[in-house]
Amino acid sequence: MRITVNVDGTTYTDDVEPRLLLVHYLRERLGKVGTVVGCDTSNCGACTVHLDGHSVKSCSVLAVQADGAEVTTIEGIARDGKLHPVQQAFHDNHALQCGYCTPGMIMQSIDLLADHPDPDETEIRHGIEGNLCRCTGYQNIVRAVRQAAEQMRPGAGPAAEQIDDRTPHTVGGE
Amino acid sequence: MTSTVPDQEIGRSRLRKEDARLITGRTRWTDNLVLNGMLHLAIVRSPVAHGTITNIDTTTAKSMPGVLAVLTGADLADEQGSLPCAWVVTPDMKAPPAPSLAVGTVNFAGEGVAVVVARTAYEAADAASTVDVDYADLPVVLDMPTAIADGADLVHPDLGTNTSAVWAFDSGEAGTGGDVEEAIASAEVLIERTYRQQRLVPAFMEPRSVVVDPTGEQFTMWSATQIPHILRLMLALTLNVPEHKVRVIAPDVGGGFGGKLQVTPEEVITFLVARRMGKPVKYTESRTESVQTAHHGRDQIQKLTLAARRDGTVTGLKVELLADMGAYLRLITPGVPILGAFMYNAIYKFPAYKFVCTNVFTNKTPTDAYRGAGRPEATFAIERLMDELATELDMDPMAVRERNWIKHEEFPFTTVCGLVYDSGNYEAATAKATELFGYDALRAEQVRRRAENDPVQLGIGISTFTEMCGIAPSRVLGALNFGSGGWEHAAIRMLPSGKVEVVTGSSAHGQGHETAWSQIVADQLGVPFEDVEVLHGDTQSAPKGMDTYGSRSLTVGAIAVVKAVDKVIAKARTVAAHLLECAESDLDFASGTFTVRGTETSTTIQDVSLAVFLSHNLPDGMEPSLDSDATYDPENFSFPHGTHLCAAEVDTETGRVRIRSYVCVDDIGKVVNPLIADGQVHGGLAQGIAQALYEEAIHDESGTLTTASFADYLLPSAVDLPSFTTDRTETPATTNPLGVKGVGEAGTIASTPAVVNAIVDAVRHLGVRDIEMPCTPMRVWKAINEGGAR
Repeated sequence: MRITVNVDGTTYTDDVEPRLLLVHYLRERLGKVGTVVGCDTSNCGACTVHLDGHSVKSCSVLAVQADGAEVTTIEGIARDGKLHPVQQAFHDNHALQCGYCTPGMIMQSIDLLADHPDPDETEIRHGIEGNLCRCTGYQNIVRAVRQAAEQMRPGAGPAAEQIDDRTPHTVGGE
Repeated sequence: MTSTVPDQEIGRSRLRKEDARLITGRTRWTDNLVLNGMLHLAIVRSPVAHGTITNIDTTTAKSMPGVLAVLTGADLADEQGSLPCAWVVTPDMKAPPAPSLAVGTVNFAGEGVAVVVARTAYEAADAASTVDVDYADLPVVLDMPTAIADGADLVHPDLGTNTSAVWAFDSGEAGTGGDVEEAIASAEVLIERTYRQQRLVPAFMEPRSVVVDPTGEQFTMWSATQIPHILRLMLALTLNVPEHKVRVIAPDVGGGFGGKLQVTPEEVITFLVARRMGKPVKYTESRTESVQTAHHGRDQIQKLTLAARRDGTVTGLKVELLADMGAYLRLITPGVPILGAFMYNAIYKFPAYKFVCTNVFTNKTPTDAYRGAGRPEATFAIERLMDELATELDMDPMAVRERNWIKHEEFPFTTVCGLVYDSGNYEAATAKATELFGYDALRAEQVRRRAENDPVQLGIGISTFTEMCGIAPSRVLGALNFGSGGWEHAAIRMLPSGKVEVVTGSSAHGQGHETAWSQIVADQLGVPFEDVEVLHGDTQSAPKGMDTYGSRSLTVGAIAVVKAVDKVIAKARTVAAHLLECAESDLDFASGTFTVRGTETSTTIQDVSLAVFLSHNLPDGMEPSLDSDATYDPENFSFPHGTHLCAAEVDTETGRVRIRSYVCVDDIGKVVNPLIADGQVHGGLAQGIAQALYEEAIHDESGTLTTASFADYLLPSAVDLPSFTTDRTETPATTNPLGVKGVGEAGTIASTPAVVNAIVDAVRHLGVRDIEMPCTPMRVWKAINEGGAR
């Protein structure tokens, strides 16, 4: 089947097998290897990307389902050499160790903050419940999401403006 | 050239250098690698736990589109050798041949029987699903006590027994303590318990992946491994390939926790297929393959006898252990329980101790190292027993511990196992932890809730742990018959521009070595943190090493770095004296600058580096290079310790456990990077708590692993874990120049008994004295409602 997908701001048209998973399309056809596979059963969330602004586990989405859609991956959220505030917050708070869950965790956290711009610890923990990390015990991830929330608040300065500037569509989860 | 004098780097919470690539998706995972003409593998795996392979039909698979070859165990039998086991724990240890692809029989569900080679991974998987294998079932051996009973069915009939080895330590015989049988005979109080350490899955987030590229005689292997150097040697020995023709690269590796401390069937298979096809080949496992076949951890049954006086003084401990090897002995499978053998006496002054371990074969996935490897099991046993002793004597559990622990003024202390603990301060860590925890207030609340018959009861769990890590002095390993030394290698290269390359034999997979080693070198050499680059995980750029496991990187690997820096400074001093026309003894070295004592005349290490590069004006006979290497063999283990306290609420109506607070005060000696150290503790706690509450690898009666995906194996998510309160005391290690101790495994070792002690403490007044792990709501509810029956 022929699909046309915008990934990280570039439009691609490709012939794909109907069974091809979105994550394999991203990794193997487009070379977007920043998005990784962790579990194959949609439990770990390592493969999380945004599909039309909503987080999805790309191991559970077929490439053909992304036809006509916009996909944003971990490789498409920094702008002009500046990290996204959530990326920066993960770095600032040592919210990653091996880093394998990190792309998915960051994409999910961005989605969470779109829904809950000012989440408390419990809301953060529930918001990232579908993303597993084996290294950090989640404590510093929770801290990082809190810091990102502070920095992305309306009126929080350049960081907040930065995300508005570069997100052409509404970002948000279900 | 000028030098920016850095602030003190050691002790500073530097943000990690590693993060830049990890947070932007520019990470170098093995599965990201694409080589021209690369072929893909899919492995056909046995669904039965024990059987004879009567037929393998590969006809359909071979005719499928994109398929280049289908190979069975028989096809590789002449070249695959036997997967290595490096720890022959007793001279008469029984070890079956361990093929990478099964030949004739399969011995655990998930064992590989054939491999498909195809153009794409999808094509390989399609073809693999058509390979038709017939098995004749053999009796399945799963339960250890049954396996060692007379007349038991055998996993490996050729061995004539399911017992691989019996290893013992007796303080009376060793001369390090008394006779435990005498202590038991004369005991005023005996506590006898049996605990089960359930089987766990290391569950690193990055599934294992391997790529092999054959180029003429040379083979390059990329692998998601913790041990590139050991792997290289073992491939050479196992496959009879010249060691110098093999290069192993561990690129970014997504977690290990001991689970990637292995020489795997998949690495061997990929190597052999690549050699046969003359093409680069990749194999990446699915999560189910990973959970089924990557080695498991724990799986021990501990029969324990603690002898004590009525004042709470322990007089002896006897441990009779059954350890499940699974179907084969992998790299250090038989030694894992022995790593725990020296830790059952923990922080205590036990006068007599005996340990007997029986290593047992079963038709299950092989076990091997998992975070803590033997020491979590030991710590669980003794910390649970101390609570049981306190209950028996109606004493406060902390008071019982304090009566028995080594006082800070008694260090160095030789234990009943013969280990010399160099330093520690259990009083200080405990005082700080109990204060942070609000121990007395929580005890008061517990009393109140019991009096009110509150449906939600409160329990307090203690774990005052120590562990031995920083593996290890080579002589000790030799005495234990381990097939390797325990040293580590490092090299320092000063570049002409004054920048520094650090080569380390440690092989990071999430620990932050690039950052921590940069801090250490920045301090020791007096160069900016940013000017240091750390090279690791490639046998070409870091040619010597013993890799990363057993909390050894900082206490062994980083000390090698310090020793190499010392040599560079010594040489630089000779050059500086020559340039400044003074005696070497007149030079002071501080913050990267050599100064002629009592003058303003100076030169920097960077200036010296450039002078050496130019070599226009060097002392006669000096080689024009400013680099050095060092290999460091530790003189002792390191013994981190700490006091962990857990407050758990148990809903007596549902059995649900909620950790209300968790406080730990760890003493890991001098801390290089507090941010990284805290992160290590957090992750360790999560894994130890997960053993207490959530995780278990379960086999059904046919030997099928029923928890073979993350849908069935309960890895805790963010909602399943509390926020931790972590703090530290600092008693420097006296056995290394940095005063550091290991931290990687501490949280896992300490936390499991703290949690279970808290749960049992919450419901002990209801007749419960033990709950088997994991303490699921069903198990807790049953224990309460069956009056403490398991």
